[in-house]
Amino acid sequence: MSAASTAYLGVAGRGHAQALTEEPEHGPSKRIVVAYGFWIFLISDIILFSALFATYAVLTDATAGGPTGRDLFELPTVAVETACLLLSTVFCGFAGIGAQARRSGMYYGAMAATFVLGATFVAIELHEFASMIHLGAGPGRSAFLSAFFALIGCHGLHVTAGLLWLLTMMAQVYAKGFRADILRRLLCFALFWHTLDIIWVALFSLVYLVGVAPR
Amino acid sequence: MSTSIPEAHHDVAPGDEHGPADISHAIRGYLVGLALATLLTCVSFYIAQSTLVWQPSIPIALSVLALAQMGVHLVFFLHITSGPDSVNNVMALAFGLLIVMLLVFGSLWIMIHLDHNVMPMQRLMQMQR
Repeated sequence: MSAASTAYLGVAGRGHAQALTEEPEHGPSKRIVVAYGFWIFLISDIILFSALFATYAVLTDATAGGPTGRDLFELPTVAVETACLLLSTVFCGFAGIGAQARRSGMYYGAMAATFVLGATFVAIELHEFASMIHLGAGPGRSAFLSAFFALIGCHGLHVTAGLLWLLTMMAQVYAKGFRADILRRLLCFALFWHTLDIIWVALFSLVYLVGVAPR
Repeated sequence: MSTSIPEAHHDVAPGDEHGPADISHAIRGYLVGLALATLLTCVSFYIAQSTLVWQPSIPIALSVLALAQMGVHLVFFLHITSGPDSVNNVMALAFGLLIVMLLVFGSLWIMIHLDHNVMPMQRLMQMQR
């Protein structure tokens, strides 16, 4: 009990020679400094999305006689995408717990589930984009569709980058084990993945659902 | 023994849970978050397609539900709480939200006024003839 919970506390690698030089006597630990810096980056990323979001909100009605959101959005598809991303973010949390507790099976299993769900999300989104372009509703059709593809596409690119990072983290843990520096990177990855799901909440609510809702 | 680890720092990293916790407790936190997020998502999807809510207020209702779900994600998945060990994380987020609000509502405000005050291009062309 005591050994397991001590390991879970994240003071891992204290006895490690490297950790001794990395952690100063006073002030916050390197884990806090690194995660805080990454948190600042994530907030600036949210601000980037809010600029794209404001652009979309301004241009929603600028359809240039072309299809509107109500003609194009399919809610069942969006519901499946939402479920994929929500479940993947929970599995990402499980992977973090598994890593802190040094349980390899839990870590690799949860990371694999996160990857499969995230990849499903990207595949569904690509299929959605392709069918819209096939209908003649590509990003060049109207200002509304330009803003839509920019906003949703930017999120999709973030998820794709996150998937590559996820594979990297699995490989790094496989090659180097649950070292303190690897666990810091894993914490940053988890923050990134959870933040992408928060952004998706805004997207599915205010782009898809408001776009389809009766007015 | 395990509970007597000295509290050297009064801060907690964003994404880390504060205080000692065992695995089952941590997993339960994520499951509670999943249940709440699923509930809010289902309500959002239901409201958007039903006549339950007065139609002009549907966007407001969806915005409120989205904000609530973002709060659930922040607390249960990112562990950004109002505790004293998380003040720095919350302050950074609060400043970010200020910028986000300025950007989104400022843009909408200015562009809607432009829409009201500026003559459409077609009518301008007709007047010049």
